[in-house]
Amino acid sequence: MSTATSLRNPDSPRHAAIVRVTHWLTVISFFALLISGAEIVVSHPRFYWGETGNVNTRPLFTIPIPASRDTVPTGYKYVMPDQNGWSRYLHFQAAWLAVLTGLVYVLVSLWNRHFRDNLFPAKADRTWRAFRAVIAKSLRRAPPDAAEARSYNVVQRIAYLAVIFVLFPLVIWTGLALSPGFNAAFPAGVNLLGGRQSARTLHFFVSGLLVLFLVVHIAMIVLAGFWSRVRAMITGRLVAPRERAVMTQERSVVIQERT
Amino acid sequence: MNISRRKLISTGLAATAGASGLAAAAVLAKRYGLVPPDSGGFYGPGETLTYAAQRLLTTHSLAREFPRSMISKTPFANEVSPPNDAFKRHQAAGFKDWRLSVDGMVAHPASFSLSDLRGFPVRSQITEVVCEEGWSYVAEWIGTPLFEVLHAVGVLPQARYIVYFSIDRDWWESIDMADALHPQTFLTLGMNDGDLPVSFGGPLRLRVPRQLGYKSVKYITRLTATDNLKTFGKGLGSASPEAGYAWYAGI
Repeated sequence: MSTATSLRNPDSPRHAAIVRVTHWLTVISFFALLISGAEIVVSHPRFYWGETGNVNTRPLFTIPIPASRDTVPTGYKYVMPDQNGWSRYLHFQAAWLAVLTGLVYVLVSLWNRHFRDNLFPAKADRTWRAFRAVIAKSLRRAPPDAAEARSYNVVQRIAYLAVIFVLFPLVIWTGLALSPGFNAAFPAGVNLLGGRQSARTLHFFVSGLLVLFLVVHIAMIVLAGFWSRVRAMITGRLVAPRERAVMTQERSVVIQERT
Repeated sequence: MNISRRKLISTGLAATAGASGLAAAAVLAKRYGLVPPDSGGFYGPGETLTYAAQRLLTTHSLAREFPRSMISKTPFANEVSPPNDAFKRHQAAGFKDWRLSVDGMVAHPASFSLSDLRGFPVRSQITEVVCEEGWSYVAEWIGTPLFEVLHAVGVLPQARYIVYFSIDRDWWESIDMADALHPQTFLTLGMNDGDLPVSFGGPLRLRVPRQLGYKSVKYITRLTATDNLKTFGKGLGSASPEAGYAWYAGI
C-alpha cells in the first residue's frame, strides 16, 4: 500500500460527477426498459429462430405464463390485460435515454481518461493470478484495501467493460434489428443476426445477461455496505461528512508529523 | 465549493446555446415534417426522436424482399374482430360492388371498383408482416402501388398525409407522404398467387411494409389526402394513438 494512497485527499470524490449522473440516468432507463420489455414479451411469450415465427410455427422455447392476447395458445384459460401501448411508448423513449446517456458517458470517458485510468485493468492486473486473487479475497470476505476503496479491482473492471462494450452494444443492435424502418435502411443489421426472430430471441437473452449483471452488482453493493456505496454514487463521497472531517483532521496530523 | 467566474460564464453560455439549439431544432423539425401527430404528452420526446431519425435516415429505403422459397407455409391471419354486416353483404355478393373512394386534397376525387384498381399497373413483393406482439410471417403481396392511384387522382402538393379507413369506421390509420408515395406501399388485392383472403384483409388491404402490421388496415373503402390530422378523430393522427399505441410504427 503506497503512502500516497493512504494519505489521499478525502475531498477527492470516489465517483466523478459525470459518472454519477450517467449512472442514475442509466438506472432509470434500464428499469423502464426492463418493465416495459417484460410487458411486451407477455403479449407473445413464445420465441423462435430464423426469419419468421408465429402461433402456427413451432417455437424454440416458450415462457410458461399466460399471454395478454387470446390468440396465443398458452394452456392457460386466463388472458392478461393488454399493456403493450404504454409499454412500447416507454420502451422506445427509455431506449433513447439509455443510448444518449451511453454516448455522453463513452465520449466523456474517452476524453477524461476514465476508461484508461479506472476501467482498463492496470498492466500488473492483466493476469489470471490477479483475477483469481481478487475472487479469493472476496470469498474470504476480506475488507477492501485502500486501492479498492479508491478505484475498482480487476474483476469489477472486466465486468464493467463487458457491460459497456459488449452487452449494451449487443442489446442496442438486437433491438434496432426489430425495427422495420431500420431493417429497410440497414438490412445487414438483422440479416447478420440470422433473421428477425433470431434477433428477437437474442435481444431477450442479452437482456437476461444484463439482468444477471444487475443482480450480481447489487449483491456486491450489499456486501460492501449498501448505503455507503449508494451515497458514494449520489454525492461522490464514500464517507459521511462527519467522518470525513475526522479523516481530514487525521490527515493533517500525519502531514504535520511528516514535515 | 468554489465557482470561478470563468466557469460560471462558460456554463451560462453553454446552457444558453443548448436551450436555443433545442428551440431551433424544434422549429426546424416542425417545418420539415419531423414531428409525429402524437408528439404531445410524456412520451412525445421519444416518439419525435424516433420519427425524426427515421425520416432523416430511411425515407427512401426499401423493405427487405425475400426469395420465393422463404414464403411462410403457415402465415397467421390474426383476425381481430368479426367483419360487420355491411362487409358480410359485400362478401355474399363476391365483392363486385366494393368501392374505394379517394377524396380530400386531390384534383379529381374518384371512386374505384376492384377491377378499376386491377387496371392500374399491378406489382408484387415478397415481404414480411411484423406484428408489434413479436410474431411475423413472409408472404407474396400483389397489388397496385398507392402512388399510382394518388397520381391518377392528382394529389395536391400541399397534402402531407393520407388517411385511410376500413369498412369498420372505428379502424382507421394515416401515413405521411414518404410512406404513401413509397413504391412498396400497396393497395393489396392478392396474396401468394391468389385473391387476398378475407382473414388477411381481402378484398382490399393497404400494406405498409416498413411499419408494423397494425398500420396495414384491412377492408379499405376510403382514402383522404390532408395537410392536417387534427381534424380526424381526436387529432392524434389515427385510431392507434387513441388506443394508446404509437402513430408511427416504423420504430
